[in-house]
Amino acid sequence: MAGSGKAHLREPGESLLRVENLVVEFPAGRRGLKVNAVTNISLDILPGETLGLVGESGCGKSTTGKAIMQLPPPTEGQVIFEGRDLLRLNREELRRNRTQIQMIFQDPISSLNPRRRVEDIIAEGLNIWGTGDKAERNRRVDEMLLTIGMDPEVVRGRRPFQFSGGQCQRISIARAVITEPKLIICDEPVSALDVSVQAQIINLLEDMKARYGLTIMFIAHDLAVVKNVSDRVAVMYLGKICEVSDPNTLYKRPAHPYTQALLSAIPVPDPDISPQDRPKLAGEIPSPVSPPSGCRFRTRCPLAQERCAVEEPIIRKVAPGQFVACHFPLTGRSGITASDWTSAEGDPNQQVITPTAPPAPKPVIDGTPPPAPVR
Amino acid sequence: MKNANRRKKGAAPPEAPMLEVADLSTTFTSDRGFVRAVNNVTFTVQRGKTLGIVGESGSGKSVLSRSIMGLTPNNATRTGSVKFEGRELLATGANEMRHMWGAQMAMVFQDPMTALNPVMRIGRQITESLLHHTDIGKGAANETALALLQSVGIPEAERRLRQYPHELSGGMRQRVMIAIALACGPKLLFADEPTTALDVTVQAQILDLLQDQQRERFMAMILVTHDLGVVAGRADDIAVMYAGRIVEKAPTRTLFREMRHPYSEALLESIPKLEAPNHTRLAAIGGRPPDLVNLPPGCKFAPRCPNVQEKCLKEEPPLIEHGTPGHEYACYFPVGSREGAEARARNVAASRNVPGTVAAGGGIA
Repeated sequence: MAGSGKAHLREPGESLLRVENLVVEFPAGRRGLKVNAVTNISLDILPGETLGLVGESGCGKSTTGKAIMQLPPPTEGQVIFEGRDLLRLNREELRRNRTQIQMIFQDPISSLNPRRRVEDIIAEGLNIWGTGDKAERNRRVDEMLLTIGMDPEVVRGRRPFQFSGGQCQRISIARAVITEPKLIICDEPVSALDVSVQAQIINLLEDMKARYGLTIMFIAHDLAVVKNVSDRVAVMYLGKICEVSDPNTLYKRPAHPYTQALLSAIPVPDPDISPQDRPKLAGEIPSPVSPPSGCRFRTRCPLAQERCAVEEPIIRKVAPGQFVACHFPLTGRSGITASDWTSAEGDPNQQVITPTAPPAPKPVIDGTPPPAPVR
Repeated sequence: MKNANRRKKGAAPPEAPMLEVADLSTTFTSDRGFVRAVNNVTFTVQRGKTLGIVGESGSGKSVLSRSIMGLTPNNATRTGSVKFEGRELLATGANEMRHMWGAQMAMVFQDPMTALNPVMRIGRQITESLLHHTDIGKGAANETALALLQSVGIPEAERRLRQYPHELSGGMRQRVMIAIALACGPKLLFADEPTTALDVTVQAQILDLLQDQQRERFMAMILVTHDLGVVAGRADDIAVMYAGRIVEKAPTRTLFREMRHPYSEALLESIPKLEAPNHTRLAAIGGRPPDLVNLPPGCKFAPRCPNVQEKCLKEEPPLIEHGTPGHEYACYFPVGSREGAEARARNVAASRNVPGTVAAGGGIA
């Protein structure tokens, strides 16, 4: 996994945001150690696209999102937004350019100021930039409240504690969208919510994206959610990118062993699939202070060979629209078998799984037709 | 595991359920009036079985497990009956319950970060209940703690015993919580959203661990969650809760095969499906759960229900067994029935509120 390389990037002129060789390090302790939160990753997002960034806690996905926002600025690399490198801008230029990028955070309640009224929270961006006059700003706040499904007359003067988590997340979305940004970085926007509310928020994000022509970077640890909202998915592990792919290919034919492990960890609402028989990732993510040499996933990978410890895999194309950083990708192979995973984790209760032939898809229950392609 | 408080032989006949909950209601007094968090809940759990309790935030599922354990705050009133091995728990005072907690029944809480004592070493947190409930000495207790940590899959267990909670990751902390809960060999284990704070990969590990331990120790387990996917492959029976009531209860396979309550169906459909193509619109449940202080008359799910009819708004449907033995549901117009299909068709024709069509539902009425 450990993947550097740029094979997955599109033409520089096409992308709204292009991140190259991003490195984020934090000092750790007094002995000059450092946390390698993000190590040399490259990403790009086309206008109107939703890029999903997925991985376990500690894989650097949130750090990537924040580094793009320059919160704090990355240690190295380029963050090119609409042709300008955000790292090279001075403070005032950055302030102006950054209005085009907004963020939505994980915990909806603590990300809103508890002392302020909803109308002030949502209008803050407009107030700072002095957009229009007071009446115009009020009109836009009301319009935004209606868009997120709230009655302005009722909620305008309320404070965050009077709302549920899902409603606070709606308010966060309104606050982010009202300044008409081009890019929204959603950092685990639904992981603190119940499944039923999660569905409402995802639908709202999709509606907002269509209505305001947004480009979204969607960061989450749940691959089922990420697959649903994304046009392209990047899987991260320990500060590196393992796989970049379109979501449907990623689900049908994961190329990286880690992607496969993430997929099989998702609980399936079907009593006939025994969760204990599915292949499972053992152990925990290693410390980013001293990451493994070569491929960073090798310590938990059932396919790891000597080469993986010595040589870092570089991202390369394995299928149209699918890029992987692995010396022994699953595509083209007969697949990882139970014994492979068992040897890696010592769990005997496993069955043969063939990643090239995933379990037959269950019938789609909500007969929603596939949407027209975006872009 | 040694157990000083083991009940005398023959106290409960072997075929009797380990836990019998009958008409349990829990009401809190608040400034705004009575909060009816749990209402007339009835179920039984056999030894060695897992009951999954599923519902949204505020459906009363956590209050239910705390009511059974007797962990409700002072402003709560419990009525009904909770029998654990034939013993009435509602009539048991806190002093006596103290001998049951940990020894007979234990709980794994949602957030291991706050449930563990931050200034006490892991080892001591595990041996605490052992020393309290059993006659074993310190040395033996420490050995048991070590064995427990190893059995819940913590590497370098010896070193971990001397560490503090902040030195462990979230998944490791939850394993410690499980070790603490299992320390005295309880017969009944509550797991209250044990994986909600964890990553999917760790979630799968922790759920496997709970299931293994439950089988190995032949415990009864109550697994509380908001995700039907979590209980699907792991619970023997599932109870779906809404507004403090059980609205549908069935053996797991029956529930998924013959799902009858519109709320159960809606919960299942709101889960993003991996096999569906990207940008598939999710079937969200419009609106929000009712205010537990001012509950509407009739079916509590009626305001959000796609099958709702006049009758549902006036009369509350009783929870009755229909069809398959053990399958109970409280609905006049169930999913998969002719009445239900007709009711939904009528609503669609009249373009009434149907979950999934309310794109920006959840607004404040």
